[in-house]
Amino acid sequence: MHPAPSVILFTVLSGLGFGLLAFLGMGLPDVSGGVAFVFFFLGFALAVGGLISSTFHLGNPKNAMKAFSQWRTSWLSREGCVSVAALILMGIYAAGVIFFDVKLAQIGWIAAALCIGTVFTTSMIYGQLATIPRWNHPLTSAYFLSLSVAGGALLAGQVKAAGVLLLIAGGVQIVTWMSGDKRFAERGHTIETATGLGDIGKVRMFEPPHTGTNYLLHEMVYVVGRKHAQKLRMIALGLMVVLPAALLLIFHAGHMLALVAVLSHLAGVMVSRWLFFAEAEHVVGLYYDKR
Amino acid sequence: MTQLPAQTERKLGLVIDLDTCVGCHACVISCKGWNTENYGEPLSDKDAYGANPSGTFLNRVHAFEVKPDTGPAQTIHFPKSCLHCEDAPCVTVCPTGASYKRTEDGIVLVNEKDCIGCGLCAWSCPYGARELDQVAGVMKKCTLCVDRIYNENLPEEDREPTCVRTCPANARHFGDFADPDSNVSKLTRERGGMDLMPEQGTKPVNKYLPPRPKDTMEEIDILAPLLAPVASEPKGFLGWLDKALEKL
Ligand code: SF4
Ligand code: SF4
Repeated sequence: MHPAPSVILFTVLSGLGFGLLAFLGMGLPDVSGGVAFVFFFLGFALAVGGLISSTFHLGNPKNAMKAFSQWRTSWLSREGCVSVAALILMGIYAAGVIFFDVKLAQIGWIAAALCIGTVFTTSMIYGQLATIPRWNHPLTSAYFLSLSVAGGALLAGQVKAAGVLLLIAGGVQIVTWMSGDKRFAERGHTIETATGLGDIGKVRMFEPPHTGTNYLLHEMVYVVGRKHAQKLRMIALGLMVVLPAALLLIFHAGHMLALVAVLSHLAGVMVSRWLFFAEAEHVVGLYYDKR
Repeated sequence: MTQLPAQTERKLGLVIDLDTCVGCHACVISCKGWNTENYGEPLSDKDAYGANPSGTFLNRVHAFEVKPDTGPAQTIHFPKSCLHCEDAPCVTVCPTGASYKRTEDGIVLVNEKDCIGCGLCAWSCPYGARELDQVAGVMKKCTLCVDRIYNENLPEEDREPTCVRTCPANARHFGDFADPDSNVSKLTRERGGMDLMPEQGTKPVNKYLPPRPKDTMEEIDILAPLLAPVASEPKGFLGWLDKALEKL
């Protein structure tokens, strides 16, 4: 799949933002006034900034309001509804904490749950697609959720918890890669099943239907840059998990080191998310004999 | 509404005969023409006369080569367009309700006024049947020529999808799969019509007829024995020449 920068940015930033908001909603850290303002501002900026950048991917954004209507069947629509509910409730909770020094704990908890729910709906947009076997698995949700929670803990300054959650996210990432590598073959999609010609013999592409490129090839048959995948995986894991976890758990990072941990984590998640798209193979590639 | 109908009254669709398709691309061109001049946004092209032309098409003809265990390889021309699936994943993923499947005839359509161009439906289609128009920013797909098949302004014989009407090899057939006696149901039964990528569980309505098995020519030449060469060794001058040359 084409790793569109707007979608990478959206999923990474909003994942982090909703993770942070979830911790704030649970009263971790227990802040109020100006400090709370800074924390909530960061959380909202990341979450909303991410949501806005996702609209850059749309061909016709003027209809965006209609995207709230089909929550009965569409995960994308559900994502829209849940994220708005999460932001509104969290806004109420934040206003209480910042301006009135009151903690509406129940609202905070519900808002936190909705934040996690938003990340889950995002993950299901990808996880539901049977056409992309690498994504079509509960591990996709585990990958998004574990990263969001770990990143949220990191931003919320929960040093111990963040260290442990990062290690968990790293483990989930490794399992996701390993099982994802095998899934296309496991599902049994081949050029023979795609064409139905397997009964006659071995099938290969003879001539493509068009000499130039098209939307399908550009969007779904992205093959460039995969050859560095193994190296990029190592880089992603190192920046996203190993370095920040080491800083937190071994060096008990203070403010400066914590900043390094956050930036390293952010860069690592970007690389990981780039790979998430670039390595995902769509079955339509079979009709073009490329994946 | 993106909930799929439990059942549709009719199941309109195509049968595509891989045995007779000659790969002329006439259906591709007529589809592009009709759907640019009629229903919805035109099918745009980019850099049409430049070095890297690309454009939106609702029907494309691939070509494959199949090599059996014994015997020569076969070339198979392979037209591909929306299969109007019964369990269409492209409909249920749509956040706006722009994509829908009609209850009356099962045609899968996009209401372009509602489409936000998110492209998720194209991601969910295993067959590459949907293309986001790069100029209009809305999703385009085969409409089964919904603006022809019910169009009383057209002469009766033109009330079928333009690809079917155009095909010079008669490789495309249009009809109602819900009716067991329709032309398409009969063809599917008689010729073993098949689904593409059935393991995706989309239950396509359109069916593909596999190429007929190649026959082999039997030797039934009654004159052959009479015409067999009588002398295998050259005689006379030629024989001498042959021997002389051999010795050299
Ligand atoms: S072929 Fe693709 S676009 Fe057409 S109904 Fe099936 S899934 Fe949808
Ligand atoms: S591109 Fe349009 S039709 Fe397709 S899922 Fe998005 S809104 Fe629906």
